[in-house]
Amino acid sequence: MTSSLLSVTDLNVSFDTPDGVVRAVSDVSFTVSAGETLGIVGESGSGKSVTASSILRLNSSTNATTTGSAVLAGTDMLTCSDAEVRARRGSEVAMVFQDPLSALNPYYTVGRQIGEAYQVHHPDASKAEVRERVMDMLTKVGIPHPEQRVDEYPHQFSGGMRQRIVIAIALVNSPKLLIADEPTTALDVTVQAQILDLMLSLQAENKMAIILITHDLGVVAEVAQNVLVMYGGRIVERASVDALFDAPTHPYAWGLLGAVGSLDHNKRGELRTVIGTPPSLITLPPGCSFAPRCEYAHSVGSVCTTTVPMLRNIGHLGSFSACHMSDEQIIQIGSKVRA
Amino acid sequence: MLVFITRRLLFAVGLLLAVSLFTYLLFSMLPADPAALTCGKNCKPDLIEANRVRLGYDKPVLEQYWLFLKGIFAGRTYGTGATAFTCPAPSLGYSFSQHECVTTMIANTFPVTAYLSIGAFVLWMLLGISLGSVAALKRGKWQDRLATTFSAVGVSLPTFYIGLLVLFTVVIWLGLMPFPHYESPFENIVGFFNALILPWLTLAVLSAASYTRLTRNGMLEAMNEDFVRLGIAKGLKRGVILRRYVLRSALVPIVTIAGLDFAALLGGAIITESVFSLPGMGRMSIRAVVESDLPVLVGTTMVAALFIVLANVVVDILYGVLDPRVRTKS
Repeated sequence: MTSSLLSVTDLNVSFDTPDGVVRAVSDVSFTVSAGETLGIVGESGSGKSVTASSILRLNSSTNATTTGSAVLAGTDMLTCSDAEVRARRGSEVAMVFQDPLSALNPYYTVGRQIGEAYQVHHPDASKAEVRERVMDMLTKVGIPHPEQRVDEYPHQFSGGMRQRIVIAIALVNSPKLLIADEPTTALDVTVQAQILDLMLSLQAENKMAIILITHDLGVVAEVAQNVLVMYGGRIVERASVDALFDAPTHPYAWGLLGAVGSLDHNKRGELRTVIGTPPSLITLPPGCSFAPRCEYAHSVGSVCTTTVPMLRNIGHLGSFSACHMSDEQIIQIGSKVRA
Repeated sequence: MLVFITRRLLFAVGLLLAVSLFTYLLFSMLPADPAALTCGKNCKPDLIEANRVRLGYDKPVLEQYWLFLKGIFAGRTYGTGATAFTCPAPSLGYSFSQHECVTTMIANTFPVTAYLSIGAFVLWMLLGISLGSVAALKRGKWQDRLATTFSAVGVSLPTFYIGLLVLFTVVIWLGLMPFPHYESPFENIVGFFNALILPWLTLAVLSAASYTRLTRNGMLEAMNEDFVRLGIAKGLKRGVILRRYVLRSALVPIVTIAGLDFAALLGGAIITESVFSLPGMGRMSIRAVVESDLPVLVGTTMVAALFIVLANVVVDILYGVLDPRVRTKS
């Protein structure tokens, strides 16, 4: 734990909106070590993107309230000065957004946008040095004919190529941590694999840590070592990727993994969906926010609707789950999910 | 780009021809006899007829239009012999009630309108864009409320009301300055500014209102763009993000509307010129309407149309300069 690069503790984020206070993230704690890939999975609105953007302090300053801490290499990104945050954005922690079509400034050439990201953290670099670095990055992320394409505008690139440019911008300062917010969701399946491969190969080069936010469990299985499953703004399961796929420990994870075992009668491995819709973050249900959709809640009892379950270590696999069921029950059902 | 500009200019010429034909035909259909208006009330029929022939109103409308068009390029001579007189090219006709070539009249009045328009334009762009930026940056705070209130009030108040109010307050009530009397900037620069400062402010405050709103909305919209977030995530300074990312993308619609607004103003700020007694094209047009001075009406309409069409071409070209996505498509 001492070697962790990023340590997020008790992160709470809420937004004041005309409809009420949106509790986007509640009591989220996790750590990321150098070189690690951490997957964060969950439905839309589960708080995964807000968690990630909090680390860079990207949430709107006018209506967001953020508490807790996010210590990155010794600096708490939530409480340090604006200048300190700015000095770390792009240099120590960089971000890749979901939609490469809208993530690039349409008014400037891609070369200028990559160079700008480098220059802001290397103010003494000469024009030639910046240019050289930009060409380096374009080659690294696999843009063909970089000497020609460096002076083109974003709209002249395909979606996959634009995401490569965004990655080039993110990695131009060799950050210690890359936060990738659904980096492949907007791309074709074949391009998705290329982009993931690219990120992994660049990660290997300088022991960069990656936080990969996605709702695609396949992607997580492929690239992550550890996984956080988020629901209703909370972490409901924290596990190694093997443990999650072998024996998930939270009813929501069971639902996500598709086949849901049942206490009463054995339904044979049919594909199921998680019934219902995610909770409104304005009027979160009391107790476990997953309880209204959980088919085990009624058999566990009223505790599910009165008390928020805390993350606890389950069994021997080292998984953590926020569920009121007993360890034995969880292990029993979880192992059936695998089968 | 050159092909694009050439094509736009050719199109503009065609458009102007169409506008001129339409304007000429429209005014020739007015129930006013231009020849009868050339002399006073106790005018003799034979004098009217003589004037009709002299000014060419005896010819069919299309031939009249042709002579008008030819006059623009070749100048035009009215009458024959000793009474003949010539309006040199580009001739837009001859005002029988003012006994002057329309082109000369426009040349005399246009500078006033141009000074008025340019000054007001500069003021309102500065005022509108800065107020809009402040409102966007201080969204929801009192600065924003103040700016949006100003914008709502400004958009709803008519020019003649604000103009008269300003005139009354500053000149009559507070007596801060004498009643504005236009003077050429080359003869009396102080008098020039004295005469124009109030109309400039009036026009600027009114137009700035809509630019405040335009800038505010454009910037707020841009602030939600992913690429602005990426700019912040790069570690760029606030000022750089505002300039290169936020204002930059709010600029395109502002430039579009600004170009057209400015051109419309150049065609004559009719109400402002009338309220502040400025001898510009707008006031000349009003007089021409009242007196059925058809050649002047046709002439000023043509000039106004010319500015609008030119502004469209300029805005189109600026689009390409401002937005690389437009540049490569054309």
